[in-house]
Amino acid sequence: MGSYLVRRFLLMVLTLFGMSILIFVMLRLVPGNIADILVDASGADPRDKARIARELGIDRPIAEQYVSWIGGLSRGDLGFAYVSERPAIEEIAPRIPISAKLAAMAVVISVVLGVPFGVISAVKQNSSLDYFLRVISLSGLSLPSFWLGLLVLMAAVHWFGTIPIFDSNSRGFWDEVGMLALPALTVGFRSSALIMRLTRSSMLEVLRQDYVRTARSKGASNASVNYDHALRNALLPVVTIIGIEAAFLVGGLIVTETVFNIPGVARFLVEAILWRDYPIVQNLVMLIAFVVVMVNFLVDMAYMALDPRIKFAD
Amino acid sequence: MAVINHEAELARAGANVTGWLSRVLFFTRRYPLGAVGAIIVGLFIFTAIFADFIAPVDPTSTNAKYSLAAPSSLYWLGADFMGRDMYSRIVHGARISLAVGVGAMSLGAVIGISVGLASGYLGGWFDLVVQRLLDIMQSLPLLVMAIVMAASLGPSLKNTIFAIAIPLVPTVARVVRSSTLSLREQPFVEAARAVGMGELRIAVRHVLPNTLAPLIVLATAQLGSAILVEASLSFLGLGIPEPHPSWGRMLSESAAEYVRTAPWLVIFPGVAISLTVFGTNLLGDALRDILDPRQHS
Repeated sequence: MGSYLVRRFLLMVLTLFGMSILIFVMLRLVPGNIADILVDASGADPRDKARIARELGIDRPIAEQYVSWIGGLSRGDLGFAYVSERPAIEEIAPRIPISAKLAAMAVVISVVLGVPFGVISAVKQNSSLDYFLRVISLSGLSLPSFWLGLLVLMAAVHWFGTIPIFDSNSRGFWDEVGMLALPALTVGFRSSALIMRLTRSSMLEVLRQDYVRTARSKGASNASVNYDHALRNALLPVVTIIGIEAAFLVGGLIVTETVFNIPGVARFLVEAILWRDYPIVQNLVMLIAFVVVMVNFLVDMAYMALDPRIKFAD
Repeated sequence: MAVINHEAELARAGANVTGWLSRVLFFTRRYPLGAVGAIIVGLFIFTAIFADFIAPVDPTSTNAKYSLAAPSSLYWLGADFMGRDMYSRIVHGARISLAVGVGAMSLGAVIGISVGLASGYLGGWFDLVVQRLLDIMQSLPLLVMAIVMAASLGPSLKNTIFAIAIPLVPTVARVVRSSTLSLREQPFVEAARAVGMGELRIAVRHVLPNTLAPLIVLATAQLGSAILVEASLSFLGLGIPEPHPSWGRMLSESAAEYVRTAPWLVIFPGVAISLTVFGTNLLGDALRDILDPRQHS
């Protein structure tokens, strides 16, 4: 177990190191840099391009720039944002809680909707309710998040005459929950569809097991068989997908934050890419990669806690 | 005692089905949702191929007089702010979605199959290095990876296909690798080796065809994902550039401004994306049940 953890940790470090090189090189392949954009947009003297590039250090060899970035990152110095000229950490840090809250709410919504409906769909297999729920879950995987967001906005305009506007100065917990509820529902719908499908197939597999038949033959009620006996054992793969979806929600957050005009990290990433703001993009991508590998690691650990039969070989 | 009617059981399992038409009817009865999916995907492909004949006008021709015209007999699905016919744009948008979806899926499959087959078949340090590279690529969500790649390559149809194909590679490579790992130990591979067949020929002629069933299922799922990612990239302004009528870009143009004033600009392109992806998902589910019964839903 001990050496497994060490090996997993080293693999995580290796993955993040590889990602840092990949993202750094890919960003330098982007045609045009911030100096080009600033000079072209302002119509300034093209000779200023070289001066701006020198000031920002983007005229240095790529390896030198990489070493300087990684060195700073290891000291907690993320560099300066090109656009705002403020420390990148000051630009990124205030946006993290906004996206984290939105993601947490989306995960809660996806579990609250996905698990019970998945169980109902499995218990009522091949009924019209099962077909209906399956079609709904499949449509959840087919609807683009940004379109669902736009539909929600349209519905808000239709029924309330206005669209929900994000205000960073919220008046307490419930105010914030109310503000993020619609975007969270938009992001969470897709994940809930995935969780529902997996809960259903996992439940169907467990419901066919001998011990479930034994429980029924001993006179256990339907509710007791479905929830106490079957669901507990069906949840293991569901926990995995919940963990992975939580990490991969970022994709949904990008478009949803754009549609609802929420100043989170995901929308900031797209803005930074469009402005070629390298320090922001590379640090945000590393943050996302870090969250993904950490969640994968925690899911592996959760496996052991949930199922004592699973042991990782040293 | 229960009596089993073997003839009836065989008929139910489709043992007596011969000819393509009766086979189609058999699968339609057995997988009705899959049949609906196949019809949607068929319509989508037909629309994409014959867009020039189906669309009444050129999707790029503008008419300021009809700017933001509501759906009518003249403009069935309304007109956008430049007076372009939405129906024609959506019909031609199918071509873009099909090109990107099939292009990205095929390119991702070709690279993924080559990498996965080589990795699983050769093993050793090559496999180790490839697996770590795939780990790195999978540490970012599909859309984030595609956004960074699309930004690196610049907006064009070819680059969008490439930007979506590369993030699809790891999943294909992992599926092919895991199948290859178990297949290379099978007696038929040993037999091929015993009769003097080369390793490359064994891999391509004997191992690869046996990995096709899960691959077809995966490819259908990836077609839907690729269409969704293209729509998202174009929505964010990083995908297909003008004047190509991309469904995602149509929504981006109409996003905030027209939610109140011209909702048809928001509704119809979204319906086109959702319906197409819904069709590929339905078809994918049915194909999984047919080709990979161990994962039966």
